[in-house]
Amino acid sequence: MTTAGAQPFVEQYGALKGALPGVGLPWLAELREAGLARFASLGLPTPRDESWKYTNLRPLEKVAFGTPNGEAVSIDRLPSLLPAGASENRLVFVNGHYRADLSTLKSLREGVEIGSLAASLERSPETVAEYLGQIAPAGGAAGEQPGEQPLLALNTALSGDGLMLRLGRGAKVKTPIEVIFIGAATEQALAYHPRNLIVLEPESQAVVIEHHVSLGGGATFANSATEIELGDGALLHHYKMQAEGPETFHVSTVHARVGRDAHYDSFGMSLGSRLSRNEVSVRLNGQGANCHLNGAYMVRGKQHCDTTTLVEHLVPRTSCREVFKGVLDDEARAVFQGRIVVHPDAQQSDGHQLSKAMLLSERAEIDIKPELEIYADDVKCSHGATAGDLDHDALFYLRSRGLPERPARRLLIEAFLTESIEAIAAEDLCPAFLASIADWLKTD
Amino acid sequence: MLEIKNLHVTVEDKEILKGIDLTIMPGEIHAVMGPNGSGKSTLAYIMTGREGYEVTEGEVLYQGRDLLAMAPEERAAEGVFLAFQYPVEIPGVPNTTFLKEAVNAQRRHRGEDELDAMQFLKVVRQKVKELGIADEMLKRAVNVGFSGGEKKRNEMLQMALLEPRLAVLDETDSGLDIDALKAVADGVNALRAPDRSMLVITHYQRLLDYIVPDKVHVLAGGRIVRSGGKDLARELERTGYAEFATVAA
Ligand SMILES: Nc1ncnc2c1ncn2[C@@H]1O[C@H](COP(=O)(O)OP(=O)(O)OP(=O)(O)O)[C@@H](O)[C@H]1O
Ligand SMILES: [Mg+2]
Repeated sequence: MTTAGAQPFVEQYGALKGALPGVGLPWLAELREAGLARFASLGLPTPRDESWKYTNLRPLEKVAFGTPNGEAVSIDRLPSLLPAGASENRLVFVNGHYRADLSTLKSLREGVEIGSLAASLERSPETVAEYLGQIAPAGGAAGEQPGEQPLLALNTALSGDGLMLRLGRGAKVKTPIEVIFIGAATEQALAYHPRNLIVLEPESQAVVIEHHVSLGGGATFANSATEIELGDGALLHHYKMQAEGPETFHVSTVHARVGRDAHYDSFGMSLGSRLSRNEVSVRLNGQGANCHLNGAYMVRGKQHCDTTTLVEHLVPRTSCREVFKGVLDDEARAVFQGRIVVHPDAQQSDGHQLSKAMLLSERAEIDIKPELEIYADDVKCSHGATAGDLDHDALFYLRSRGLPERPARRLLIEAFLTESIEAIAAEDLCPAFLASIADWLKTD
Repeated sequence: MLEIKNLHVTVEDKEILKGIDLTIMPGEIHAVMGPNGSGKSTLAYIMTGREGYEVTEGEVLYQGRDLLAMAPEERAAEGVFLAFQYPVEIPGVPNTTFLKEAVNAQRRHRGEDELDAMQFLKVVRQKVKELGIADEMLKRAVNVGFSGGEKKRNEMLQMALLEPRLAVLDETDSGLDIDALKAVADGVNALRAPDRSMLVITHYQRLLDYIVPDKVHVLAGGRIVRSGGKDLARELERTGYAEFATVAA
């Protein structure tokens, strides 16, 4: 039985399957079919699903999304977040299709594979097969289930192109790898499903920047999925800017497995889309594994911004720190769901989580659901959440020094958000993030 | 410069100021003393436009204009400055940014050219040196993690940069060591000018040894119960406020 909301996507699969990346690979076809079957039976999430209680996809169901036909959209200027020359590897995807003409890849060296997933599926499908769908099992292929994620299953069925990054033992890519995802739609609404795979073998290091933007002003549904495997001692800085247009839906599902003494550092900024959901699940798999999940969001109008995280401490001495800060104006809504699970063996683990929201309007709202599930006794875990207006005393202090109310408010909001950018390790990236905050405040 | 006439102020339906009359001429320094909770800070806030205070009667004229009708930022740009009893911490805003924004906002209001980063830095370096403030305090977030004394010095730095016409100092001397007290007094005295007035709220005669006031007022129970010359402060130091308890009631 296929649920009503799921039907159009199931039909799209039938029409598209001959043209999807990796066509002709039996294991991939199997994976896709399993994803499709799973999505068809689960349907689009509804507020009855525990993890979708606060985020309603009804508005998405009402849009008739077509599939991008791969026609080349002309791009005048690449929306890069980095100054010229700061990156040697830049990949551009338009509506889920890789655009070699817009991308720059430094000639690859031994142990470094950077490119599009589709290319890797042609060149060396067996290395992709080792990981794809294994870190984020959605079709029942692998043993452990991270919970029902219908949109991940949908991505697995329909996944288009995306980043393939694989670093061999000890390989270090110093400059950031920038991946630009452009959704380009005009009258016809379009859905696409980027799929990224990042495999860092032991002691390797990389910085990945995702930039999601729109062109053309039409409605798009970007349903992205990313699988990340970090071997022992590996380090990944993973930054993301989500700045798609006001008619778009953005859903992203990330699964990361973090090995012994490896570090997963993630920061995402969300300011686009009418509805966005960033869902990150991290499995701290090896002793000393560590992650930072940070984010900032700025929403106004009727925007809806959902951040959902799951961190599983599976072995001793694993740690995680999460700080999410947001500013909400008008009737905007935010959701923060943060779940920390400390398994019985994971002694001496450390998990801290903080959500801070600034509500600039009385109609703005945030739903916060922290969940700590602790099955070990020697652990340090905490969560905290604040939600409130600007600090009135600070505002008066600034005004009493001559700053008019609006600039004074802006300065305070900017300061609140800027703090979360200070931890970004890729210095070249900070100006772009700071500028996005300043721009957002200016268009108020 | 400043004329307060029969000023009545309530906070959350409680009358705090019960008919204040006070006139400060250009160039004068007036001291206000009085027991805790008598309404001194309330008077300071009313002059700078903090929300939550309701004027039920009376008026305040500043250079002949209705001060109470002006927004806080307008008062500031017109030359009214309050050194806060409890300076506010602003996480994430570097002190230099704050100082520069304040100086330039006031310059804009007055139709003057803004100072660029270099010009501003030159001015601020000079003032910082005069007030004995560590350079490092400029980089830190406004008042965050500052000691009590550092916060007060930072208020004085703001006053020195903004060069107000009417400065209200609310217990700027509280919590200062003797060197800091002298630095504050030097800062105040350096600003003394025939067209500049000050209202100095304090609990201690000691400050008034350095900043010699033209007049001293005793505020008790929401009223000015006594006014006199600089010797009144010394007398209060000896006698305390006990005798005014009945007057005010
Ligand atoms: N926001 C408020 N809500 C309720 N009461 C207030 C508020 N602000 C001031 N008050 C009250 O008004 C009275 C006067 O307070 P104010 O701060 O002006 O006193 P003060 O003379 O400055 O005292 P101190 O010497 O301790 O600084 C006090 O009783 C105080 O509790
Ligand atoms: Mg006081």
